[in-house]
Amino acid sequence: MGHTKHNPIVRALFNDDDIVLSAVKDLRANGYNVSEVYSPFPIHGLDEAMGLKRTRLSTAAFFYGLTGLFFAAWMTYYTMILDWPQNIGGKPNATWFLNMPAFIPVVFELTVFFAAHLMCWSYFAVNGLYPGAKAQNPDPRTTDDHFLMEVELEGEEDDLNAKLQELGALEISKIEA
Amino acid sequence: MHYESPVRNPLILGDKSYSDITNDIAKPVESKAPRSWWIAFSIAFVMFLWGVGCILYTIGTGIGVWGLNKTVDWAWDITNFVWWVGIGHAGTLISAVLLLFRQKWRMAINRSAEAMTIFSVIQAGLFPLIHMGRIWMAYWVMPIPNQYGSLWVNFNSPLLWDVFAISTYLTVSTVFWYVGLIPDFAMIRDRAINPVQKHIYKILSFGWGGQAKHWQRFEEVSLVLAGLATPLVLSVHTIVSFDFATSVIPGWHTTIFPPYFVAGAIFSGFAMVQTLLLIVRKIFKMEDYINIEHIEMMNIVIMVTGSIVGVAYITELVIAWYSGVEYEQYAFLNRATGPYWWAYWSMMTCNVFSPQFMWSKKLRTNLVFTFVISIVVNIGMWFERFVIIVTSIHRDYLPSSWSMFSPTFVDIGIYIGTIGFFFVLFLLYARTFPVIAQAELKTILKSSGENFKKHHNEHGAH
Repeated sequence: MGHTKHNPIVRALFNDDDIVLSAVKDLRANGYNVSEVYSPFPIHGLDEAMGLKRTRLSTAAFFYGLTGLFFAAWMTYYTMILDWPQNIGGKPNATWFLNMPAFIPVVFELTVFFAAHLMCWSYFAVNGLYPGAKAQNPDPRTTDDHFLMEVELEGEEDDLNAKLQELGALEISKIEA
Repeated sequence: MHYESPVRNPLILGDKSYSDITNDIAKPVESKAPRSWWIAFSIAFVMFLWGVGCILYTIGTGIGVWGLNKTVDWAWDITNFVWWVGIGHAGTLISAVLLLFRQKWRMAINRSAEAMTIFSVIQAGLFPLIHMGRIWMAYWVMPIPNQYGSLWVNFNSPLLWDVFAISTYLTVSTVFWYVGLIPDFAMIRDRAINPVQKHIYKILSFGWGGQAKHWQRFEEVSLVLAGLATPLVLSVHTIVSFDFATSVIPGWHTTIFPPYFVAGAIFSGFAMVQTLLLIVRKIFKMEDYINIEHIEMMNIVIMVTGSIVGVAYITELVIAWYSGVEYEQYAFLNRATGPYWWAYWSMMTCNVFSPQFMWSKKLRTNLVFTFVISIVVNIGMWFERFVIIVTSIHRDYLPSSWSMFSPTFVDIGIYIGTIGFFFVLFLLYARTFPVIAQAELKTILKSSGENFKKHHNEHGAH
């Protein structure tokens, strides 16, 4: 992520989430950069251990919701107050604010609609997920019960291999970046 | 880190590993359908076709083919609509509200409960559409610029609020469901041998790879969607109840409707989840994942919401008396003792009395009893909507126009058709989708799996 120099990558396969988590912590403490972990389920604390930043999707969702709220307010104002005001059940409609209590359900629903859908679209976009996309995990076992770690190789390859072996890796392979 | 109090019962039974979970959940998708599935599917499909015929007849001829008359101008269609929307509430409640409350038992049932939600909201949506009479003008409910002025939809009307509420609910539940399904589709994709199957699941899984950053976003998105879906689910049935509560009909014009409808929706939805899951766990041998602990939890929810509904019924009676309005008083007296007394007392028996058996631990952990009660509750909730709708309008202010409602074969056919359609969708889902959220379930294996708990209790904390 954002690295200019391209180190070769060493891949190590594990079969337990606790072992992966402690391995990540150990490697990072020893100055290695764990660039990726593919896992079949979310591992709690892994993002922190890898030094990942918090996702900003929830902040985005807040602003998407706000967009929905203002859109709904504008739409009800334009259609019911400005363009063609009508007397409906004697409800006051001289201003949008007077008529607003009747609009709350629609404003609420559109707020949720915008927040939820736009957040999901953003989620698909930032993850590169779309129908028919090529599987992003290099090893198909990582959606079952295996965990694949990618470590940037710095220093001696044998040292890293020995370290990974010691941490419980089942298979180790190297790919050139 | 994976510690959980020994007081809590295990949620995953047997000596399971991560791989066992994968195999067990992929099995129904990868194996041939059992005979019982084909039988159930055929029956549902015939019911569905009968419903399609009745709907086409209605559209071709007009809604005069229903049993409606001048006095009872809303009957089975709206009853069925509210019934289906209500059933549709349990899925989101389980996946969203229980996620916010960190209830781990939701993980084995949320996928199917949410599938049920989506399928039942589809059935619900059919009724207002065909009740329009001229279904080809259905787009008129959307605020689309037009050549009449522009003449806009009426945002003051609860019926229009319903359009927005139901469509938001349907689409948001669908994306919530789908976001959770993606990692599980990827699991099936990665183990598929048949190339056609592999290709289909490749398309469905959107290329999911399970990177650390993606899981972090996945969890954030799930949490925010749960936060959005919680008020949404409460708003949907609230707005459905506004269809009645904002009118001036005695028996409908009550402020208790929103909470009362929401409680009833959860009640009927959990009953339907119970009915479906008792069958699914049996046919697909998921007893280790959907075990007696889950059944008992859902029965407790049914008992509590059933009691809330009971309190609401009694409150309505008391308030009708206390209001001093004779029309209001007559509406309720007529419900309980008038010509529709049998519908009222069916409702009372099914919804208020029958869930009280669940106070007994022995009964609420009995599978056969649970199954029977879950069906009784759904019958009761259908009667509840029928009682609210038909008994409030069949005797209006003018005794000369009093009448009764009798459904025609078309009314009955459309209702049966939606039940068939619902089961067609659910049965197809059960054969092609991972019916349990396996990725989520794997996260609790070490804390709530039977063998891990046992090991932990024997060897102590470390």
